[in-house]
Amino acid sequence: MSTKIVDLLVIGAGPAGLAAALEAKRHGLAPLVVDENVLPGGQIYRSVSRSPLADPAVLGPDYLRGRALVDAFTAAGIDYWPQTLAWQIGADRRVSITRQGTGGGTLQIEAGAIVLASGAQERPFPIPGWTLPGVMGVGAAQTLLKASALVPDSPAVLAGCGPLLYLFAWQLINAGVPVRAILDTAEPGGRREALRHAGGALRAPSYLLKGFKLLRAIRAAGVQHVKHVESLRVVGAQQAEGIEYVVDGRTARIDTALVLLHQGVIPNTQVTRSIGCEHEWDEAQLCWRPKTDAWGETSLPGIFVAGDGAGIAGALAAEPSGRLAAAQAAVKLGKLDDAKRDSRALSLRRELAAHTAIRPFLDALYRPADGFRAPADDSTIVCRCEEVTAGDVRRMAGLGCVGPNQTKTFSRCGMGPCQGRFCGMTVAELLAQAQGCAVPEVGYYRIRPPIKPVTLGELATAVEAPDFLSERAGFPK
Amino acid sequence: MPNVSLLKSLARKDGATVRMFIEGTPVDVPTDMNVAAALLFAGVTACRTTPVTGSERAPFCMMGVCFDCLVEIDGVPNRQGCMTPVREGMQVRRMDGARSVA
Repeated sequence: MSTKIVDLLVIGAGPAGLAAALEAKRHGLAPLVVDENVLPGGQIYRSVSRSPLADPAVLGPDYLRGRALVDAFTAAGIDYWPQTLAWQIGADRRVSITRQGTGGGTLQIEAGAIVLASGAQERPFPIPGWTLPGVMGVGAAQTLLKASALVPDSPAVLAGCGPLLYLFAWQLINAGVPVRAILDTAEPGGRREALRHAGGALRAPSYLLKGFKLLRAIRAAGVQHVKHVESLRVVGAQQAEGIEYVVDGRTARIDTALVLLHQGVIPNTQVTRSIGCEHEWDEAQLCWRPKTDAWGETSLPGIFVAGDGAGIAGALAAEPSGRLAAAQAAVKLGKLDDAKRDSRALSLRRELAAHTAIRPFLDALYRPADGFRAPADDSTIVCRCEEVTAGDVRRMAGLGCVGPNQTKTFSRCGMGPCQGRFCGMTVAELLAQAQGCAVPEVGYYRIRPPIKPVTLGELATAVEAPDFLSERAGFPK
Repeated sequence: MPNVSLLKSLARKDGATVRMFIEGTPVDVPTDMNVAAALLFAGVTACRTTPVTGSERAPFCMMGVCFDCLVEIDGVPNRQGCMTPVREGMQVRRMDGARSVA
């Protein structure tokens, strides 16, 4: 079996991955970028280079600015393989990749260094009824708008908290699509806590102004905005028919066929977990993230993480983060000396700091409430795949299960096709709560490759590098 | 399985469509869609039932994380609809309950 050898492999073509590849090229490396999607841009700049919308301007300037990055990437002639899945990544930087769905086979890549730029996912939002058809993530609905020009046909209810919730409401209003209501779960205490971080926020005034602008536009559009929502429940038999919410102990209901949930995003740690990188719990962001040094290098030499996958900091921070990782990779691969790296890093670190200054403020302001992370209602489904409830997890804690790997063995919780991506956080928080300990003491699932389904044929068929390359003939450049 | 769609299209740049088949029924959808978006566009409110309780499920995350949009595409089960672009002549079928080992 032949192995393709590359100096730098970048996994993920969002802002961190694209910037990393551009930086690597600048220092004389020949990076290869693999990405699961059809077009470069990641989720944040999804389809930005080929929007299906007659008027992409409805998405706003923060989205459109991604075009410049994608265009620069495309113009740089960097080797880019879309619709490509890296399903096994070894600590030795041997990577197994496959072209999804071709039934082709697996190509082995040996990389001198790897920059993982697999981004973020929406934080689980376990409430009763969240598995019903007609309930989606706000991020999902936004992806449908960016990539497929689809919007809610009848007014949707948006529930939760976080910048994306308001951004999406604003985008819908821009597009002339009415929003039925926003059910805001941000806690009153969050504002007070956020003010403690006002110093950082004031160093990033453009973010604050943007936030005010969104909220003002939503108010001006007359969208019903219910604040301090304490509890949520989607009602319906076969699909969503409405959403019940509690404010000040009183229950109210809005009829709707489409409920969009969001309470922030968390790093997608599935890849770094599967390689065996060390992780740490971030109490401010209430999520796990891989341990990294100032360049984004993980506990495994030559394996870097850049962008939101290393901790949520947003698209503009992802670019310098990707560039810092690539610069250090260039040093390790003998293409750049320490002095040149350090002088390059000065401006990159300044840029990074400008975009991370707002984070403590945002993290405090939109901290998802305890009850929406570890549901009090025992009937709430926690593991969407295996339909394990919060009550099941509590009962297993009562039987002496101390960690998610035990509850997994007892109940298959986290053993379904999503491999724990949508329950791992919730299970850990429920177990920690039941045992009266901190989340890091409870730990996380052991994640093993393949990190996404591959067919037996794909797994068993070794593809020679040239054949694999020839399959790319039909790809958009 | 087509039904009344929860989603509608905004004005598109391009009117090109492909003809795909959902449970054997021909449906014309914009060429740039993925299977999950196409199902939602075509009014398919649920694309599978769960192996455990047989509950209806529909695409939830649209970015390859949740696996709720698993469908059978051109005879291959357990494909992520949201990660698969539509293609002329593509056959998509829903998946009910657990898979059997063939």
